Amino acid sequence: MALLTIRDALNEALREELKRDENVFIIGEEVAEYDGAYKVTRGLWKEFGSKRVVDTPITELGFAAVGVGAAMAGLRPVVEFMTWNFSVLASDQIINHAAKMLYMSGGQFNVPIVFRGPNGSAFQVSSQHSHALEAMYSNFPGLKVVMPSTAADAKGLLKSAIRDNNPVIFMEQERMYGMKGEVPEEADFTIPLGVADVKREGTDCTIVARSMTVPLALQAAEKIKEEFDVSCEVVDPRTIKPLDIDTIVGSVKKTNRLVIAEESHSFASVGAEIAYQVMDTAFDHLDAPVKRISTVEAPMPYAKNLEAAALPSVEKIVEAVKEVCYL
Amino acid sequence: MLYQMVLGRRFEEKCAEVYRMGKIGGFCHLYIGQEAIATGAMMALEPSDMVITSYRDHVQAMVKGIAPEAVLAELYGKIGGCVKGKGGSMHMFSKEHEFYGGHGIVGGQIGVGTGMAYAAKYKESGQVTLCFFGEAAVNQGIFHESLNMAQLWKLPVIYICENNHYGMGTSQERAMSTRNIAKKADAYEMANEFVDGMDVMAVRDAALRAIERARNESLPTLLEVRSYRYMGHSMSDPGNYRTREEIAKYQERDPIVLFKDSLQEAKVLGDKDFDAIEAKAAETVERAVKFAEESPFPPESELLTDVLV
Ligand SMILES: Cc1ncc(C[n+]2csc(CCOP(=O)(O)OP(=O)(O)O)c2C)c(N)n1
Repeated sequence: MALLTIRDALNEALREELKRDENVFIIGEEVAEYDGAYKVTRGLWKEFGSKRVVDTPITELGFAAVGVGAAMAGLRPVVEFMTWNFSVLASDQIINHAAKMLYMSGGQFNVPIVFRGPNGSAFQVSSQHSHALEAMYSNFPGLKVVMPSTAADAKGLLKSAIRDNNPVIFMEQERMYGMKGEVPEEADFTIPLGVADVKREGTDCTIVARSMTVPLALQAAEKIKEEFDVSCEVVDPRTIKPLDIDTIVGSVKKTNRLVIAEESHSFASVGAEIAYQVMDTAFDHLDAPVKRISTVEAPMPYAKNLEAAALPSVEKIVEAVKEVCYL
Repeated sequence: MLYQMVLGRRFEEKCAEVYRMGKIGGFCHLYIGQEAIATGAMMALEPSDMVITSYRDHVQAMVKGIAPEAVLAELYGKIGGCVKGKGGSMHMFSKEHEFYGGHGIVGGQIGVGTGMAYAAKYKESGQVTLCFFGEAAVNQGIFHESLNMAQLWKLPVIYICENNHYGMGTSQERAMSTRNIAKKADAYEMANEFVDGMDVMAVRDAALRAIERARNESLPTLLEVRSYRYMGHSMSDPGNYRTREEIAKYQERDPIVLFKDSLQEAKVLGDKDFDAIEAKAAETVERAVKFAEESPFPPESELLTDVLV
């Protein structure tokens, strides 16, 4: 095992895939000469040159489109959005083009492309730079959606995403780039898309968390264990689409209680979908209504105190667990 | 005008200082080196005219009349800020001052500014709209879509491209197939002009011509104003993509020094006058710091207000 930051784990995945397949190339704003706005592509331009690592103008719709066309014509682009906030400008290409291409061409044209970058809030970057957009992209058939929460997952899932023959939405989190974790050193380590991971085993309450809320949920679980001797199981779906509902339901059948912690807003969220699916298949196993922790229903404020109040937190997750466990 | 430029410079220097102390969070894009553009263009406006700009908005906000206290308190995320601490560095607004905001999505405000001009024409209000953006924003589709509509519908808008040569770490040469941005307006048969952005009087003169065209003929203009930003793209950018020599070369034609020298040569400004301007700017900045420090954080009840009216 190697101890890597999520940033470096992603960097390794990109390097290995660039080496493995000459049709893989990286394209986006500041990915090459600047080494990436958040340094995920550090060193890659120097190593692979301007053909494989390509700086673009600030023209999200345009370079996403170049990626889609290139993928249809046989390349395997990794398109970086400096942040997912800016993907909204390119959403026409992602939703109307990439997601629909295979279907509307009657199965003739697949689009093997990865769109990646940081999703969700950062540090006080305010209303237009703090969107968690997974619910929007998850709503469209034709896209896979991946959200890693550890260095190992980041590496293993990104490699799988690049090899996948479908358009993959790969969402990182800026607050997490510096977090370290053990990454297997085996040659060609990958993690399949669509398989959840139990990040902590427990018996009394299931917490489903993804991306930024995974470390929060683990801390909350620790606290609850200490304070109330209640044992929480933390399940990280890792891939939102396809969703490994079986692992989640399996956990709920064991604990009979479910808290979902997510960074996006709650209305029409991925958590809402998970709550529905659990209700649909495991209603009789629930001993309490499902509880969700999300970002409040307001754009992200700038002020430090308001931003903290808007976001999910360890305390909020603890409160939710207490509620479903009637503590 | 000289005072506005000096105030802008000193204010941004203070921002850098307090940012490093952790008083300001998030992104913070400074305007140092570009003062002549906001000052020259906006001081040619009537107070009722409208302005919209990007995230590099502190100085534009102040030139439009927002108190430095309210701008700095916003940067501190305090309730006394011009948007109650909700927006921060990138999102200064003031309805009272016809300041339609700082915007964080590169190019977004070009379309919004076009809509503001649409409303002015619709209402026959006689207002002119100034719409600021960087040269990298010109590569977004919204720029081209907006220019087409503005000329097609004869809207009273002035597009001011602040060409500081870099969009973050990417030089214009590496991102744009042509050099001449003003000439892009020719493709839409729109009036356009290239302006030296280090010369505040040249900016003012060009702005006056465009303003007259907008007000009297209801026609748009594209101004490409060439300038330079001395600092990194934002406070988190070390700026390794430029050489010290390059920065020094532009600093030789510093807009404040140039204007000061020309006023002194024309004998309308004495040494003492300039000292007085510096003193006044320093005092204003100190007042703003005191206000921002003392203003409270917004109450948590503000979190869910202003989502919808
Ligand atoms: C749509 C979008 N893409 C990317 C960014 C990130 N970003 C912010 S400013 C900037 C550079 C813009 O340069 P320019 O338009 O020349 O303006 P300047 O910063 O020089 O004033 C970039 C890439 C963004 N905010 N919005």
